[in-house]
Amino acid sequence: MDKKKINIEQVKQVAKLARLNLSEAEIAQFSTQMSDILQYVEKLDRLDTANIEPLAHCLPVSNCLREDIVKPSLGTEKTLANAPDSDGQFFIVPKILDEAGGP
Amino acid sequence: MSELDYKIIVGLEIHVQLATRTKMFCGCELVFAAEPNSRVCPVCLGLPGALPVMNRQAVEFAILTASALNCKIAEFTKWDRKSYYYPDLPKNYQISQYDLPVGENGFIEIPIAEGQTKKIRILRVHLEEDAGKNLHGENFSQVDLNRAGTPLMEIVTQPDMNSPQEVSTLAVELQRIVRFLGASEADMQKGHMRFEPNVNVVIKKDGSEFKTPITEIKNLNSFKALEKGTAFEVKRQLNEFLDSGEVAKSGNKKTFGWDDTRGVTVLQREKEEAHDYRYFPDPDLVPVVVNEKWLADIKSGLCELPLAMQKRFTADYSLGDYDAGVLTADKDTALFFDNAVKAGGDAKRICNFITQTGLKIANEKGCRVSELGISPQRLAELAKLLDAGTVSATAAAAIFEKMTQSDEMPQQIAESLNLIQKSDADELKKIVDDVITANQQAVEDAKCDGKKTKKAYGFLMGQVMQKTKGTANPQIVAKIMDERLKSI
Amino acid sequence: MQILELTCRQLRDKIAGGEVKSVDATTAVFEQIEKHDRQIGAYISTFKEQALAKAKQVDEKIAAKKPVGLLAGVPIAIKDNMCTTFGATTCASKILENFHSPYNATAVEKLLAADAVIVGKTNLDEFAMGSSTENSGLKKTVNPHDFSRVPGGSSGGAAAAVAAKMCFAALSSDTGGSIRQPASFCGIAGLKPTYGRVSRYGLVAYGSSLDQIGPLAKNVEDCALLLDVIAGHDEKDSTSVDEKTAPVRDWLSAVNNKPQNLKIAIVPELFKGADGEVVESVKKAIEIYKSSGAEIIEIKMPHFDYAIAAYYLIATAEASSNLARYDGVHYGHRTKNPADYIEVYSKSRDEALGDEVKRRIMLGTYALSSGYYDAYYLKALKVRNLIRSDFTAAFAKADCIVMPTSPTTAFKLGEKTNDPLQMYLADIYTIAVNLAGVPGISIPCGFDKNNLPIGLQIIAPAFAEEKLLQIAMLFENKTDFCKTAF
Repeated sequence: MDKKKINIEQVKQVAKLARLNLSEAEIAQFSTQMSDILQYVEKLDRLDTANIEPLAHCLPVSNCLREDIVKPSLGTEKTLANAPDSDGQFFIVPKILDEAGGP
Repeated sequence: MSELDYKIIVGLEIHVQLATRTKMFCGCELVFAAEPNSRVCPVCLGLPGALPVMNRQAVEFAILTASALNCKIAEFTKWDRKSYYYPDLPKNYQISQYDLPVGENGFIEIPIAEGQTKKIRILRVHLEEDAGKNLHGENFSQVDLNRAGTPLMEIVTQPDMNSPQEVSTLAVELQRIVRFLGASEADMQKGHMRFEPNVNVVIKKDGSEFKTPITEIKNLNSFKALEKGTAFEVKRQLNEFLDSGEVAKSGNKKTFGWDDTRGVTVLQREKEEAHDYRYFPDPDLVPVVVNEKWLADIKSGLCELPLAMQKRFTADYSLGDYDAGVLTADKDTALFFDNAVKAGGDAKRICNFITQTGLKIANEKGCRVSELGISPQRLAELAKLLDAGTVSATAAAAIFEKMTQSDEMPQQIAESLNLIQKSDADELKKIVDDVITANQQAVEDAKCDGKKTKKAYGFLMGQVMQKTKGTANPQIVAKIMDERLKSI
Repeated sequence: MQILELTCRQLRDKIAGGEVKSVDATTAVFEQIEKHDRQIGAYISTFKEQALAKAKQVDEKIAAKKPVGLLAGVPIAIKDNMCTTFGATTCASKILENFHSPYNATAVEKLLAADAVIVGKTNLDEFAMGSSTENSGLKKTVNPHDFSRVPGGSSGGAAAAVAAKMCFAALSSDTGGSIRQPASFCGIAGLKPTYGRVSRYGLVAYGSSLDQIGPLAKNVEDCALLLDVIAGHDEKDSTSVDEKTAPVRDWLSAVNNKPQNLKIAIVPELFKGADGEVVESVKKAIEIYKSSGAEIIEIKMPHFDYAIAAYYLIATAEASSNLARYDGVHYGHRTKNPADYIEVYSKSRDEALGDEVKRRIMLGTYALSSGYYDAYYLKALKVRNLIRSDFTAAFAKADCIVMPTSPTTAFKLGEKTNDPLQMYLADIYTIAVNLAGVPGISIPCGFDKNNLPIGLQIIAPAFAEEKLLQIAMLFENKTDFCKTAF
């Protein structure tokens, strides 16, 4: 299997990682479209980058630090203002059953 | 199980909440047990468009601690995003440090027996932000984001510990260190330290070695739970090995949660893709470059570490390991002790003042011994009075208590409370003579070697003390009393 | 005098001088909106009452001879991916359709502090992902010059609003060409400043290492004026550059100075990919520079051609992470009756995010996932470095690089919607600029046979906005291609 093509199973796996509940039709469509794009992207392999540093940022700056000074928070009301579901104190979600979501 | 020859292998990950006023990447105040969702802003709520800015103090605390743990401090570090979806993680990624931690390859020395220590290697020290809290109700869960964005320092050791006791000892030692450095309050009740041991066992059987699958234990929030959880897991693994014979291989690491009420570890359910965290450099933050000057500034905050101080107290001041340990549990107390000794007080006496009278009063007042209002110099003076026999041990305790309310020197307090011991031999001789004259029966009883000797002698001494209202120096009275009784 | 024909600079001076009332300019803008926006669809939301109140306030300030800001009373639009405490901040996405930000983006705060009048928030490709504004989850925007064509993207609404005189300028954002390409399609000027020049605080992130806020305006001078207002370090954005590294200048005053000993680089190889009429116009523009004394140098940029491939890995990787927060838990759309909390995520996202956004999230998630990181994401970052070195080499020889903004003029609605890769390839000239973090401007340089505007792109070294604006101004002073509709 060519690593540059992405099959239906891989698309499903990625959709799970990305928390997208895609329909079968979307999965099929994305498999084709993503394969096209990944095939196009293959052109990068023509460049020898063995001795090239990755460039995550173009900025000439470092150490942008903030002093440990308290700034006002939003407060509970504003924090919950956009919540789809809340009880006035907390955000509410359906019961969380798995405990291993955290790091 | 007794026939099994095995060795316990434990590595520990410790999350320590730093003692900053504000969160890692925003100015929200860190308040314990605040109103739910009241300490939240666009940044820690992960609102669209909000951006993180690092807290200098948090970075410095992490570098300071890593230095104290003998780590190599990175000249260049950066931030990475760790992706996973969970309701207490508003951005659905955690800002952490992946391949370039603040510090690497250090070690921590822990006391394992009287006068003996062991070096545990530190793999890495890095900074990250905490998640919020999910609270689980009957039919739904509640999310509180007050804790989201709290600065955490993660310390990862090599698997160098070989017993549950060593694991908890390391945790206690680390607590002392971060408290000494001021990097964390390390208050267990407030969840300032959380532990995740990685446990397995190497079993020797029929001339071969078998390693049980590694398990990580979560939800350990106290030293006791840490030790019990580790011990439980060792037993469980040994039993499971006898049952299934399963050995460690790539991919069979499991996560267990510690159930404190039942005292057992419970296998946690995990999502299949849970470990594809897709780390990549956080484009919202710039790198941290630690130059020599900054590092030197930070390292100027280093101090004598608790274990070193404990060793010095036993070696230089002839204290026992236990006493030295109690004194060095807290930096201010240790320094208070050290300064009082340096001001001329006898070490053992000062130690007793602190560990007996001092800690009791401090506990009642909810403060440290050093905050009782007694300077090390005044305490040294009190110790000298006691040494010189000017006051009795009981009187000294009373004077100590009085000193917490008054700035007077102990001598003055002793005088005003009339607690100076009478050591004038002539005066005391007269009183002893009076007592002997007035209590002939007791004198006889005291002189003959019988059942009543001790009691009678005590009675006579008591009479003298009563007449002097307790101010007589008991050693001198006893000496006179002995002479007189002999001569009768 | 036709108020709507004025530039920001002219209007501001007239308002500050008491010659024109901001209320009248604002009223004229809303009349224009009421007349044309039903067809054009530039705005997602408008704030007529608030705008007139602010205009009145500015007029009163002026009447009372109080000092006023650089944009005193000038009606300005904001792309709807910048947070505002007024109205919703939707990013043209159903997932944020009803989201109300509790804070203002720093750039918006600066507009308000400069006494600008905020007209409304404009349409865009959902989360700024697209080149035609056809990916908006909320509405359709058309090109004011030809209603059957796209306005460009992702800032199609903002560019259309400026071109249709439904505002005097707009604040916009550019991740891979989102300011410059719609400027080119709509016949106006659009500046993408150096990465780090303008605070991103409150700009809803798409590709954080590429996103930058900049102005869309009727001409170069107005771009300079808006840059004066919005540039500068912001303590809330670690990636906004400090004053010492990149001092903020008075670009408005400097823009009319003629650049001396100008050396312009061109990359002849790159002209191959563009339509004949586009190439012709750009070549004419180069001749104009030559005749005004500039030296033209031909250079090669060997890695330029790899920019699209690198971009669609880096931008999507960052996007997959940036958009993870839209999950229906703390804000935004939540699916009805989720079976469990996992469905809150997966169904809310599936229901409310559009195709292109999902596609980019999928691509980016894949590029970062275990086993593919090195081959895709890391490789792209290395190529990004090579692309930047192309620019560094070019700027060692020349003051700027000149090329088309887009290979074509505005294309037909629906023409490229079925082939995402073809849509991506249309960004060939703009994308490399974001990867290198340098500033670029698009200014009108001609028209095709359908009378559609053609854009000239000028690219300068990092933090050389002053030179960039002067070079653009030199061309604008010698030509008359700025063209608003109606």
